Amino acid sequence: MVPESTLENAEKKHQEASAERTRTGRFYRPNVDILETPDELLLFADMPGAKSGEIDIRFEDGELAIYGPAATRQEADKSFLLVEYGVGDFYRTFRVSEQIDASKIQAEYRDGVLCLHLPKVEAVKPRKIAVQAH
Amino acid sequence: MVRYRNRFHPLGQFRGEMDRLFGDFFGCSEMAPVEGASPQTPAVNVWQRGDVIFVEAEVPGLKSENVEISVVGNELSLKGRRPDLPEQNAAYHRRERGAGDFNRILRLPAEIAGDKVEAKLIDGVLLITLPKDETAKPRRIAVTAK
Repeated sequence: MVPESTLENAEKKHQEASAERTRTGRFYRPNVDILETPDELLLFADMPGAKSGEIDIRFEDGELAIYGPAATRQEADKSFLLVEYGVGDFYRTFRVSEQIDASKIQAEYRDGVLCLHLPKVEAVKPRKIAVQAH
Repeated sequence: MVRYRNRFHPLGQFRGEMDRLFGDFFGCSEMAPVEGASPQTPAVNVWQRGDVIFVEAEVPGLKSENVEISVVGNELSLKGRRPDLPEQNAAYHRRERGAGDFNRILRLPAEIAGDKVEAKLIDGVLLITLPKDETAKPRRIAVTAK
């Protein structure tokens, strides 16, 4: 028999997650580079023109979600001569199989690029084992 | 609706080509690229308001020293370099962003006052303000009655 409070929390989490995904309007999937070093995962996401104060990063149950609302740029009273891209919010999720220490995740937004440091949990870092010769 | 776009990536360039094919077919492209049908990097939006033309491009990861802008007559040249990631001793899980040089020339629908052009680069968005040259502005011609 699951205690009531646990059920309530689980439901709220689910609602929170879907609240973002049911937003109307266009989402753009930012392009990313993901690298792995012995100590951490590094993620770079292209999010030009995002509102840096409102970038949302979540890491729960091995799923990483990044969201960056676009600062509004287009004014109404102009006539377009050429349009090759649209402007909108950025959103993307990732399944992360590595063991990450969520409390140590660091994020930086510079020049339109979101850089995430996802440090690995100590136990999974590769340890060099010295081979003793006889 | 989720869209995939990255002008530095071959797939993004292909998509750009397809966009351009359809754009030309429907005849809505007022500005023809100077080069042939090759994909254009970076993607730009161009609009005008009164006597000023604006060119905006998304160039995430670039600082002002990575971009070179010049104007001659009615042509705007956009050159730049997207730096590579400096990380060594790392394995790539994904590599979508791309890196390298770009060089693009836009032929604008009016002569530009070269000395009044301004460019701003904020959070990876480059905005170039191009005031039209005096000679390009429409002149009212008085009609004399005889």
